[in-house]
Amino acid sequence: MEKIELLSYFFDYLVFPGLLFVVASGMLVSWIDRKITARLQWRVGPGLLQPYYDIRKLFLKEVIIPEGGNKWSFIIAPMCALISIVIISNIVLKYYIDPSGSFVGDIIVVIYMFAAIPVASIIGASASKNPYASLGASREMKSMLAYELPFLMCIMVPVIKTGSISMGAIIQHQLQNGPIFMSLSGLTAFITSIFCIQAKMGIVPFDYSEAETEICGGVLVEYSGALLAIWKLVKMSLLVVAPLFIIVLFASTGFRAGIFAVYFVLLLIVIILKNTNPRLRIDQALRGFWTYAAVASLTALVLAVTGY
Amino acid sequence: MQSIDNKFTKSLFVFHAACSPCNNCDIEILDCIAPKYDIERLGMQLVGSPRHADVLLVTGAVNKKVVHRIKMIYEQTAKPCVVVAVGSCACSEIIFRESYNTCGPLDKIIPVDIYIPGCPPRPEAIIAGLAKYIKSRKNAG
Repeated sequence: MEKIELLSYFFDYLVFPGLLFVVASGMLVSWIDRKITARLQWRVGPGLLQPYYDIRKLFLKEVIIPEGGNKWSFIIAPMCALISIVIISNIVLKYYIDPSGSFVGDIIVVIYMFAAIPVASIIGASASKNPYASLGASREMKSMLAYELPFLMCIMVPVIKTGSISMGAIIQHQLQNGPIFMSLSGLTAFITSIFCIQAKMGIVPFDYSEAETEICGGVLVEYSGALLAIWKLVKMSLLVVAPLFIIVLFASTGFRAGIFAVYFVLLLIVIILKNTNPRLRIDQALRGFWTYAAVASLTALVLAVTGY
Repeated sequence: MQSIDNKFTKSLFVFHAACSPCNNCDIEILDCIAPKYDIERLGMQLVGSPRHADVLLVTGAVNKKVVHRIKMIYEQTAKPCVVVAVGSCACSEIIFRESYNTCGPLDKIIPVDIYIPGCPPRPEAIIAGLAKYIKSRKNAG
């Protein structure tokens, strides 16, 4: 009996909804992103297996550890980020499929794991001893300070409406009473959190911490070979789990496969936002999140408390 | 070391190093990325850091100001790395040969794999050069 339990743990973390699932779906989604971007720019775009070819090639390349930097932080940082993604995907998808298995406070675990990814990228960048990377790290830090406040207030809305901090209870409440974004407070919080996850994923207009044309890749500037491949996988799978997390919180319905339809609509919004907006400066992003987004999410919070 | 074979040529990350060019070659390189030629469909994309690059695209007649910089950039790239000399200046220095401030054609400074002559080479010529290289490397590994 114990053996089967252990095996199912391994299956959860390594296959579905763990590592293999996030990596494979991340590659597919990043292909969709690149293809739609190309079509919007009137280009043909890459083939279906292009993200896979990129990753395979990067794993075969030389890994350069910068001299004078902190070697182990530099190596461990991308792996920590990937492990965080696997844990997020495990909690979000497993308890979406079976809400009864959820434990109290798992939503807090997910929030911490989401915060662990930018922290890992800050640590990895700082360990590389590169001025561009430290510039990227400082921007990443400010960006985190900017979007975490409205993001947390947005997540408070389903917590207040369902009166529980477990994913399972939030999902079950929505199965019985309809999705949270159908209410006024839910809708406000859902729309605000779309911008927050855009910043969380580091996608244009919030790609100031990477900014290839400005600071040569920012936090990733010193990464090469397999370590860069892991960072790319983190970015790709974040494009899967971050939208899925807010969809599960705000838009779970009785029709179980419905989240995928909502997911693709959200993905399309994210890609169109990416292609129609130039990169923001860090001060613009900070001001935007602390005024407009914070006010919007605070309004949602007040509406949720008063019952709308 | 891993040799450059089929696995590499399907996904080439290009770092564009401009070594005192007149910018005509650079404009033709940008044309390759623009909608008409769109080399992203062949798996090539521009990257910002030499650490990410598989291809070092060098334009211009290398002069005394940039000679140590291009050497440094070549050392910084993760190997294996293909060096492409784009334009007649990088290939042979044409009218700038034996000038007071140039340091010889690119292959005297770093090992060059592909020469794409032209002043500037058309985007078709650049793509043809890369395609020939990819073909020659198909069964190398």
